[in-house]
Amino acid sequence: MIEVEHISKRFGSFAALDQVSLKVAQGKLVALLGPSGSGKTTLLRILAGLEQPDEGRVRLGGVDATGLGTRDRKVGFVFQHYALFRHMTVAENIAFGLKVRKGADRPPVAAINQKVHSLLELVQLEGLAGRYPSQLSGGQRQRVALARALAVEPRLLLLDEPFGALDAQVRKDLRRWLRHLHDEMGLTGVFVTHDQEEALEVADEVVVMNKGRIEQIGTPAEIYDSPATPFVYRFLGSVNALPCRVAGGQAQVGGLHIGEGRADGPGTAFIRPHDVEVLELSPDLPQARVSQVVVLGPVVRAELELAGGITVEAELSREAKDRLGLRRGLEVSVFLRKARVFVGENV
Amino acid sequence: MMSGKAIREPALVRWALTVAALAFLALFLVAPLVAVLAEAFAKGWAAYVRALSGDDTWSSIRLTLIVAAIAVPLNIVFGLAASWAIAKFDFSGKSLLVSLIELPFSVSPVISGLVYVLLFGLQGLLGPWLVEHDLKVIFAVPGIVLATIFVTFPFVARELIPLMEEQGREEEEAALTLGASGFTAFRLVTLPNVRWGLLYGVLLCNARAMGEFGAVSVVSGHIRGLTNTMPLHVEILYNEYDFVGAFAVASLLAVLALVTLAVKSALEWWHRDELAAIGH
Amino acid sequence: MSVLALKLSLPRRMPSVIPGFGPTLGFTLAYLSLIVLLPLAALVIKAAGTTLEQWGAILSDSRVLSALGLSFGGALAAALINTVFGLLVAWVLVRYPFPGRRLVDAVIDLPFALPTAVAGIALTALYAPNGWLGRLLEPLGVKVAFTPLGVVVAMVFIGLPFVVRTVEPVLHDVDLELEEAAASLGAGRVQTFLRVILPAILPSLLTGFSLALARAVGEYGSVIFIAGNLPGVSEIAPLLIVTKLEQYDYVGATAIATVMLGISFTLLLAVNLLQKWRRARMGG
Repeated sequence: MIEVEHISKRFGSFAALDQVSLKVAQGKLVALLGPSGSGKTTLLRILAGLEQPDEGRVRLGGVDATGLGTRDRKVGFVFQHYALFRHMTVAENIAFGLKVRKGADRPPVAAINQKVHSLLELVQLEGLAGRYPSQLSGGQRQRVALARALAVEPRLLLLDEPFGALDAQVRKDLRRWLRHLHDEMGLTGVFVTHDQEEALEVADEVVVMNKGRIEQIGTPAEIYDSPATPFVYRFLGSVNALPCRVAGGQAQVGGLHIGEGRADGPGTAFIRPHDVEVLELSPDLPQARVSQVVVLGPVVRAELELAGGITVEAELSREAKDRLGLRRGLEVSVFLRKARVFVGENV
Repeated sequence: MMSGKAIREPALVRWALTVAALAFLALFLVAPLVAVLAEAFAKGWAAYVRALSGDDTWSSIRLTLIVAAIAVPLNIVFGLAASWAIAKFDFSGKSLLVSLIELPFSVSPVISGLVYVLLFGLQGLLGPWLVEHDLKVIFAVPGIVLATIFVTFPFVARELIPLMEEQGREEEEAALTLGASGFTAFRLVTLPNVRWGLLYGVLLCNARAMGEFGAVSVVSGHIRGLTNTMPLHVEILYNEYDFVGAFAVASLLAVLALVTLAVKSALEWWHRDELAAIGH
Repeated sequence: MSVLALKLSLPRRMPSVIPGFGPTLGFTLAYLSLIVLLPLAALVIKAAGTTLEQWGAILSDSRVLSALGLSFGGALAAALINTVFGLLVAWVLVRYPFPGRRLVDAVIDLPFALPTAVAGIALTALYAPNGWLGRLLEPLGVKVAFTPLGVVVAMVFIGLPFVVRTVEPVLHDVDLELEEAAASLGAGRVQTFLRVILPAILPSLLTGFSLALARAVGEYGSVIFIAGNLPGVSEIAPLLIVTKLEQYDYVGATAIATVMLGISFTLLLAVNLLQKWRRARMGG
């Protein structure tokens, strides 16, 4: 159990974290998701004790760890660029955390070797114990860094952009592998990423961050299906953001009623492209003209021009496209399955 | 390594430029080195050995070794401390500090000696206090050591600072998250990462410490057998027209220089990846 | 100096988890102050205690003026020679592979490694009227040893590596594609060198020139043997400082040293500004 309470951190005049609070339950794998500069890495480093917060507290397993140094926190940290010790072999890297223990805490040499061996097996690098980091591929380095962090049996595993420096394919494989590893070992883990797909695929829970604040915390499904803020809407997946007016609780875009707003005034309506249904022309529904059709493998993206010059993007299946005979210039009707309206300027 | 013909000079030009450069180097760098050895053996092997076997020569060799044995380790400790503070932390005034560390390089060796005379000499600021306590710095070994430390001050730090800066802090942070203490991280992670750069700096520092002339000359007082280092002994023998003696002692220093260059080149060759950070 | 020290002693820093900042910075500052700043402060104090009349007497002494003139003039001449030949050597080492290049490259640093006194007596032996080179030059009416020319020769020796080592890496990094582009646009080799390569390496060449100049100005050991040290003719400023010290004329020695340091630090500042300018221009 990790509890972060009202953490703030400034670098000079830049507020990296502003009153951030967060709880991570035992055994969960949590993603800190956000653009660069959102404070996610700073939060991770504070959890590791690599930075000290200006305000707030960190509790690990119910105990206040705010003032505790890195070496006493028993956390495993995997650095973005791995930070492998370049003059040590793979085995020496993994053994480091055990070898630097003092006195009775230090396991006997045979036990260290045994541990290194089983970790190498776990990360599937059995044959590479004697290699130096410079002789490894990016994916191999990543796994060595992970094995090194796991060697000290941390109560919490922290990973900074764990797949950031890897090729697309290696990334996908390692992603699944990390998920399996986590399920097997039952560790509590927090990782930082700017890649929404990564966060949604790997994590039990996603924390979306922006400008030093938390925008939303939830399961991947919650985050994707019901974004809590305009930022989360924009950051996760593609979305139509339409300027609208709310009057009497009803939101209008170019004379078209699209949903409900909580207060009156100008606002923005967010609609996912797959929530824009394209239908044959029908007198009961709003009309639109197809201005572009792009086939992207199994899905089709269509740009539709509504009355008043408003453009929305719709996503539909290849079958639906063929059924409708979708092409440029075709007149169709649209149905907005689901829209969410945020009232206020600049949302 | 050269690619297209378009950017290559005619063979004659290349040949002429190469010959000109090599001739210049032969005239200005190689000839003096050869002259030292030739003069040292001008009167044969026996005269060379005799010239080196004097008591004063031996005491000058001993003093040179003692001075280097004090000055070099102190500058190593300083270099490690300074580069750790400068490379691993951010603080204001850092670039000023780096400039101040390099300051001794832009001070004439004679002035480096002079400042110690002005501080510790009989008429110096601390002179009366030293006399009162029966301490002798100028015209004695402590003065020679201090002047040597001054002129060799930046060598180790100058190699280590850019090297440690380039290597960043992540490996030390990783060591700390794995439970290492700060000193353990320094000993097991930082030090092995900079060992060749350190050796490189020590090598240059030592060469200068053993060969320093101007600064040491000002503070030594030239007392034969007591405050003469090897370079000072060369001067005395030379001024006494004992050319074989002067060049014999000089040849030992020249060999030291050649060994230094050889080890330095070997380091540059075998460890160019690490040393690339410091621009060698 | 005290203002600088004060500013340094109160550094604001970003907190870091890496330990040891206090002790290492503290030791660094203490050692720096003790070994470098305090002794230099002694010079400043001594210079500040010198009256205007004393300054006037020392700086109008023709022997002092000619010594300063020789140190700076000789250093200027030597630095110019080194700029030309240093560039030549760097060019050949970077561009023309020839057998034994690594050996030659190692020899460049000889003046850094060879004690100056050794270089001094070796150069004297070479250029004395009966020496290997002196013997060849004498019939031509050229006297090197025991003349200002000898001073310049010694200064060329000790300054050469500064130019070569500053220019070499920059020359190495000159993008060959730039030269190919120039050639494709119709430029000849000389034009390409003057208009494309030289502008790229000019800042480093200037830096190397300044470093060689600063080193030569203060040079003592390699110069005094070959110079002959005739007052007013071939006596360099550092030697005059030593002479004044031997006569217990601390005021005179301090005054000459102060003038030399003032000029040297101005040079150092110029080098730093030059490097800043270069970085700003190259965007590195």
